[in-house]
Amino acid sequence: MTQWFIIFISAAFVNNFVLVRFLGLCPFMGVSNQYKSALGMSYATAFVLTLSSIVSYLVNEYLLVPLGIEYLKTLSFILVIAVTVQITEMILHKSSPLLYQVLGLFLPLITTNCAVLGVALLNVQQQNSLLESAFFGFGAAFGFGLVLVLFSAIRERLEMANIPKSFRGIPIALMTAGIMALAFMGFGGMVNA
Amino acid sequence: MNYFLALTSMLLLATGFGLLIIWVSRKFKGEGNPVVEQINQVLPQTQCGQCGYPGCKPYAEAIAKGEAPINQCPPGGQDGIRKLATLLDVEELELNPENGEAEEQDTIVEIIEADCIGCTKCIQVCPVDAIVGAAKHMHTIIGDECTGCDLCILACPVDCIIVIPAPLPAQIRRQQKPDLLKTIQEASQW
Repeated sequence: MTQWFIIFISAAFVNNFVLVRFLGLCPFMGVSNQYKSALGMSYATAFVLTLSSIVSYLVNEYLLVPLGIEYLKTLSFILVIAVTVQITEMILHKSSPLLYQVLGLFLPLITTNCAVLGVALLNVQQQNSLLESAFFGFGAAFGFGLVLVLFSAIRERLEMANIPKSFRGIPIALMTAGIMALAFMGFGGMVNA
Repeated sequence: MNYFLALTSMLLLATGFGLLIIWVSRKFKGEGNPVVEQINQVLPQTQCGQCGYPGCKPYAEAIAKGEAPINQCPPGGQDGIRKLATLLDVEELELNPENGEAEEQDTIVEIIEADCIGCTKCIQVCPVDAIVGAAKHMHTIIGDECTGCDLCILACPVDCIIVIPAPLPAQIRRQQKPDLLKTIQEASQW
């Protein structure tokens, strides 16, 4: 139990995917204009990340390792992620139109989120078991979502603030992201992972 | 040998996932909201906005949700309301006079080109992009695209837009348009 908790905390805070590993920066900048869309993106990412880290673990363990072709893991994980996203979207569309309205727009975007591929590859690198992979994926998604929502809230406030003209828009957003990354360094050393 | 193994296994994996996607998409076939699609088919696709919604599809969505009554579409006329009433199995209503009067006949508009000053105001209001022209140059209307919504008439500062009876193919065209739209939507989904 403690071990899973440590994996979760490590993925979410100490080695936060956005601010410490610098993965998934594209949605971090792109979807953080509004608090609401950031929240939708976070939910969708959490869903896909957890699912795809489980599926890619299975593919790795039962297909790539027995055949001795681990060097194809990047290729097959991209395939797994794309398929997971596509199937999730189709099932959601049919079974839960309400949830689809919230997540639907963001699901295709996640296919190209490098944090998702990063989680799958790191799972192999760290030799995580199935449950550990799932926790790692969920923790990474939680960290990603948390940072995204915090960042979007800050950006919404910055819209109102009186900022020097040359810093408005993307420059102040990038500076904010930098300061947030500095703040997250405070978690460093909390868990040895 | 090893290359062959790698190639086959990747091919099999991809084929397997492909078949899985096909199976899931057959099993969970969704047409968005089928009710909205059916209502949208009945609406005249003028995109005129007289119903109080931005276009025919939003009005169809509102009807499907039960937020709007079926009697707010003047271009569809009493005929259209009757069709909607049959489709949804509700009582047929009189056309709401607040939304405008039903059209006697199918019309489109035409620009008296000699009078046009090239202000582009009509281009901005046209919901179907049926007007071509540039600033300070004469505009004209693409008859095949015009839905006869008359929105440009109000926008024109020199009153150079007149209503003319639609050429006969227009009625056929209106019925075909939703299908064309659907084809494009389906094609862009993948």
